[in-house]
Amino acid sequence: MIDRRDLELLERIQTGLPVCPRPYAEIGRCCDMPESEVIERLARLKQQGLIKRMGVIVKHRKLGYRANAMVVWNVPDDLVKQLGGHMSRFPFVTLCYRRPRRPGWPYNLYCMIHGKDRATVQQQLEQLAAACGLASFGREVLFSRRCFKQRGAVYKNLATAAETEVAHG
Amino acid sequence: MDNLDKRIINALQGGFPVCDAPFRQVSLTLNITEAELLIRLRNLRANGILTRFGPLYNAEQMGGALTLAAVKAPEDRFDEIADIINAFPEVAHNYARQHTLNMWFVIATETPGQVRQTIEAIEEQTGLTVYNMPKIKEYFVNLKLEA
Repeated sequence: MIDRRDLELLERIQTGLPVCPRPYAEIGRCCDMPESEVIERLARLKQQGLIKRMGVIVKHRKLGYRANAMVVWNVPDDLVKQLGGHMSRFPFVTLCYRRPRRPGWPYNLYCMIHGKDRATVQQQLEQLAAACGLASFGREVLFSRRCFKQRGAVYKNLATAAETEVAHG
Repeated sequence: MDNLDKRIINALQGGFPVCDAPFRQVSLTLNITEAELLIRLRNLRANGILTRFGPLYNAEQMGGALTLAAVKAPEDRFDEIADIINAFPEVAHNYARQHTLNMWFVIATETPGQVRQTIEAIEEQTGLTVYNMPKIKEYFVNLKLEA
């Protein structure tokens, strides 16, 4: 369970950690908490999964990742779990989700491949399809054309400072 | 961005230690001084290569809600539709994609009910059907974009 002090802490660090030698001590000063308590609480929140990870979140386009394909597959429902598990183990697959089918949109398994050029992404896609036995299933590849919005550091509230970072670029 | 910047980004995408002197610990694995690491990170942040240096939260565990949604925006109304959708603070990302479903966006809100409300408001303001495709299951990936 998390308490009010945990929430205060999460709110304090949502826009980022201070880049200084003792960042957790600095946060502690703002929350009126000793450094050791900040570390203990953050370690627990990480272990509980509320913090998925700590680290850097990059603007992938600035790193040269411009060929970003969302690949959607129409696979039998009884295979989706197995195929999702298999697919997500490929290092070039950057996200993998099961989602509901919709009228006129039969796809139920989604993966993202972030690449620097389309030819490489196409090759990786063929490799993935062959290795996972996906060749006979319907699929579509939706390359991104333009990024209108990739929300950065400032969130109105805590709950939305979440895992949307790379989401579907 | 030089080789050292790339090594720093690659190392820190894998995680950041929770201990009293975390930058010193990372600098040791990179074979540089703590001071140099701090300078590099400040620069990478100032240049906008890093959008954030800190925690990535689990939205659902925080009580929040997320969904992926898409619309079929007619070519002649494309920019207008993009402006309407981007004006919603609940829309965290929005990408144009090559397909008849040509605009894909992520809605992130504090509660599941607000996702529904946001979708209804977008449908009302655009006159388009919003395809709502929330995740049913996430398969774990080790997300890391090699710099």
